[in-house]
Parts: sequence; C-alpha cells; structure tokens
Amino acid sequence: MSEALPKNSIFKVIGASSLGTLIEWYDFYIFGSLAVIIGDQLFPKDAGASALINTLAIFAAGFIVRPFGALVFGRLGDLIGRKYTFLLTLVLMGGSTFLIGLVPSYKSIGYAAPVLVLVLRLIQGLALGGEYGGAATYVAEHAPKNKRGFFTSWIQTTATLGLFLSLGIIVMTKNVLGADTFADWGWRIPFLLSILLVVVSIYIRMKMHESPMFSKLKAEGNVSKNPLKESFNNKANFKMVLLALFGATMGQGVIWYTGQFYAQSFLENTCKLNFNDSRYILLWGIAFATPFFVIFGAWSDRVGRKWIMLGGMLLGIIFYRPIYQTFLDDTDTSKMDLSLANYSKPSVKRELIDGTPDSLYTATTKVLLSNGASFNRVQADTISKTSGILTGKEIIKDKILPTSIFWKFVGLIFFQILLVTMVYGPIAAFLVELFPTKIRYTSMSLPYHIGNGVFGGLVPFIATLIASFSGSTPLSGLWYPIGIATLSLIIGTVYLSNKKDESIND
Amino acid sequence: MNRLKKLLGIIWIALGPLAMAFLFLQAIDKVGLAHSDIERMNTILQWGIILFIFFPISLGLVVFGFYAWKGEYDQLENPD
Repeated sequence: MSEALPKNSIFKVIGASSLGTLIEWYDFYIFGSLAVIIGDQLFPKDAGASALINTLAIFAAGFIVRPFGALVFGRLGDLIGRKYTFLLTLVLMGGSTFLIGLVPSYKSIGYAAPVLVLVLRLIQGLALGGEYGGAATYVAEHAPKNKRGFFTSWIQTTATLGLFLSLGIIVMTKNVLGADTFADWGWRIPFLLSILLVVVSIYIRMKMHESPMFSKLKAEGNVSKNPLKESFNNKANFKMVLLALFGATMGQGVIWYTGQFYAQSFLENTCKLNFNDSRYILLWGIAFATPFFVIFGAWSDRVGRKWIMLGGMLLGIIFYRPIYQTFLDDTDTSKMDLSLANYSKPSVKRELIDGTPDSLYTATTKVLLSNGASFNRVQADTISKTSGILTGKEIIKDKILPTSIFWKFVGLIFFQILLVTMVYGPIAAFLVELFPTKIRYTSMSLPYHIGNGVFGGLVPFIATLIASFSGSTPLSGLWYPIGIATLSLIIGTVYLSNKKDESIND
Repeated sequence: MNRLKKLLGIIWIALGPLAMAFLFLQAIDKVGLAHSDIERMNTILQWGIILFIFFPISLGLVVFGFYAWKGEYDQLENPD
C-alpha cells in the first residue's frame, strides 16, 4: 500500500506535515528565545534573577505538560485518525501563541500577567504533545519500508528549523524596531505573526488524506477501543514504552536542548554575549547542520537506528565540558589585551528607584579592542538620600566577538547540532517501528514527550539552577545533561536492538 | 548479554528511589538556604516542579528495572 505511493505524493505528505509541525515548534520556541525580555515584562522590576528563573519555570511548564498532550491527543489520534487530531493541535497552538502576544504586562495587570501566560503556555505544551507523534506517524505510515528513516527525518528537521525561524524573526524584528522598542512592545510581534503562519498551514492540512494504514484499520473495524489501556496496561507494549524512554528519548532530549537552547542561553547569560551575536551564532550553526538530519535519517535505513543515536550521545558526553570551557575562556575579558583598547565617553543615565527617594546612577563605557571585539562596562551606583553613594559592582555585558572567535563559536555550535542530528534524525522511524498501528500515536508520543519535553526541555532550567548553587562553577549545570545522556547510553547499548522492523503495518 | 541485562535491572530498581531521595534532600537543603520569603517561595516552587515531575519517572525506572531483572527484555534481539 504505502510502497505504491508515487514519489510526488509522498513529498506532498511530508511537506504538508512538516510545515504544520515547523510552525508549532516556532510557536513553542519564541517563548524560550525571549525568556529574558518576557521576564522583565511579566515580573516586578526588582525581581532580578528570580524573574528569569520564574520565566524559565513557565517555559518549563510548557514542556512538563507535553506528555499529557501526548496522552490526550495520542488517544484521539488512535481513535478518530491522525489527520483531524493534528489539525486540532495546530489550531490550539496557533490560538494560544497569538494570545500570548496580547497579554498585558505586569505594570498593567499585576500578577494576572504571568498567570495568563502560564495558562496559554500550558495549552501550547498540550498541543505540541499531540502534534509531533501525529506528524511522525502520518509520514511513516506513508513511507516505503526501506526509506522510513529518510522520509521521517524531514519531520525531524522541523524542530530545529522552528527554532531557526523563531530566532530569525526575533532578530529581524529587533533590528527593524530598535532594542528599546523591541523590549517595550516589539517582542509581541513574533507571537502575533504566528496566526498568519497557522492559517496557511491549516489550509494545507485540510487537503490531506487520512493515513493509509489507519484507514485500513478503520475499514476493517480494528481501531483500538481504548488506546491508553492497550498502550500502558499491556505489559508487552508498556515495557517497550519504558525502553524507548530510558534507552533513547531521554538521552536524545538532553542532547537536543543542550546543543541548541542551553548553548544559546549560556552564550547570552553566562558569557554575556551581545543579544544578536548569541543568536547569529546559533542561526549559522543550525543552517550548516540541518541537512544532517536527513543524512543520518537516510543512513539509519542502511545501518540501523541504534548506533547512530547512541554515537551522538557518547560524543556529547565526551565533548560538552571542553566546548563550554572554550566559550568561557574566549569571552573572558580579564584575559583580553586591553593595552590598545579605545574607551568611549561614558553614557550616563539616572533614574528613580520605584517607591524610594533614592536613584540609580548608571554609567556605560564601551570598550573597543584592536581585534574588533568590544564590550560594555556598566557601573550602577545607588544614590541614597540617607546613606550617600552606594557603589555597585561593575558589570561586563554586550560582548561582541572578533570575527575569528565568532566563527570558531559557530563551529562549536555546529558540532553540537551535528550531535543533535545524530540522535534526533533517526528517532521518529525508531519509535514508529517499536509500536503497532492501532496504538502507535499514543505509544510513541508519551516516551518522546517525556524524553524530549521533560528531560530535554528542563535542561536550561535545571542547568541554570545547578549553576546557581553555592560552590558551583559556570560549567556545573552541564552535569545534568551529561549524567542523563550517560544513563541513556548505557541502557540503550545493553537493551536496544539494532534491527529495523520491516513491516509497521501491524 | 542476557545476564548483564538482568544484573543491571537490579541497579535500575535501586537507582529510582536513590535518585528521588537525592532530589528530596537537595530540595530541603536549598529551601533552607533561602534568605527571604520571596526567595524561599521561588525555591519551593522550583523544587516542587522538579520533584513532581521526576517522581513518576523514577517509579518508571524501577518498573523498567523490574522487567529487566525478570528477563522481559531477554527475547529482544541482541545488540549488534
């Protein structure tokens, strides 16, 4: 059946599925990419670091709820079909993203702002939980058996391309509006824009047909009556769900989020790189590495899925610490030669501190080095009516890298995303082959979203938390992804089979 | 390989409760270190999220270990 599908039809199936999934990832990631700005908008100004952590908590909430979305929509997909289920998830995702762009700031409505965003973020998470499994299942059920890895790998590119699109639109909007306007209201544009993308995608998906394997099941009256019970109450199936989670998706999730999200967060918040630079580096890295999703997906059709995925985990375990140490060393201003540096005249700003008679005096000096690098030195002192001048600690920020170091960082990010393509490229085919058609949507969605959403999605949150412990170093946060990837590598090596399931029509 | 799968099963069974105990102790430690009420609330929220999520997962690891120990994964193809 699926083998007889003409080549142009399968590419229509892939295109229509991938576009919708890409948009869902875009919707999901603009929130993470704007975590710092949203933190400023949603929390009181003096919340400081806790604003970022709380925002990440809201961000994390979107990930935590993904497994529940997998259960709700996975069940629906196994009961009524793949097509209508992932059409519904697209509407929910687009609607909630659009509404996030309309939520008033903390200044206007107080704590109702973060609460509203939390609710919308939870809807986003639920929708995404239902989307991916549907798209991967839909494409796999159309693909010929010897090209399942190749065809599903196109779906695998969408998460990274969604991140690419979100970063690109954010940087473009910021460049057009200017930094201040962007921080004030311009950050809403990427959220509002989502509605246009979703409408286009809904139109395309409406024209799609149901998966041939599901249609056959339905025609024969063999559709599952209770997919949740059959997936998780049946030992033979449940043990495979656990194996998929601990032996593959858990490690895949942390590699994915370390290589892309944590890397960008680390460059911006720990290395204090300029907003645009930290995103340009990631954009280049993604652009160079994305074709490898398809290359590794196709390769897995020939050599099996297991060792490609586990190879990516192993390389991450070995190289993460040296890579992040390089990021730190190359952006350390105390190691830079400042003897020939030019210092700008300090730009001075004085503003009242809310609710006190005191004011904050900020002097920013731009330091330009002979190799083209630059950074800002910010000295913020409090002028108190009662205690006089309270000198604050000097802060270094907005670092711009010299060209050679910029491209070196692009190379290091490229390498990390290459590892992402190794673990992620073949995994849709791997998961699809593990479970039978009638409960496939439910069974594959849950381990994927616990592994990718919970273990992976929490990387920036937990790593930032670990790095804030007393006695920790900026690299301490890496122990979380390294530890999880190591556990997954051991379990995968011992328990996973490298054999591909030739027929998934069961 | 089947013998190794079974032996490791015992480790996974032990690892589930050990990981939870570690996280719980960390949570108590970090909440205790908080200086102000706001900081304490933030810390409780963060660790509450972590414990809430990882409890069922660690339970899953115990079940996975139990299946491995009982030889449920023995019939899978050996890795090559």
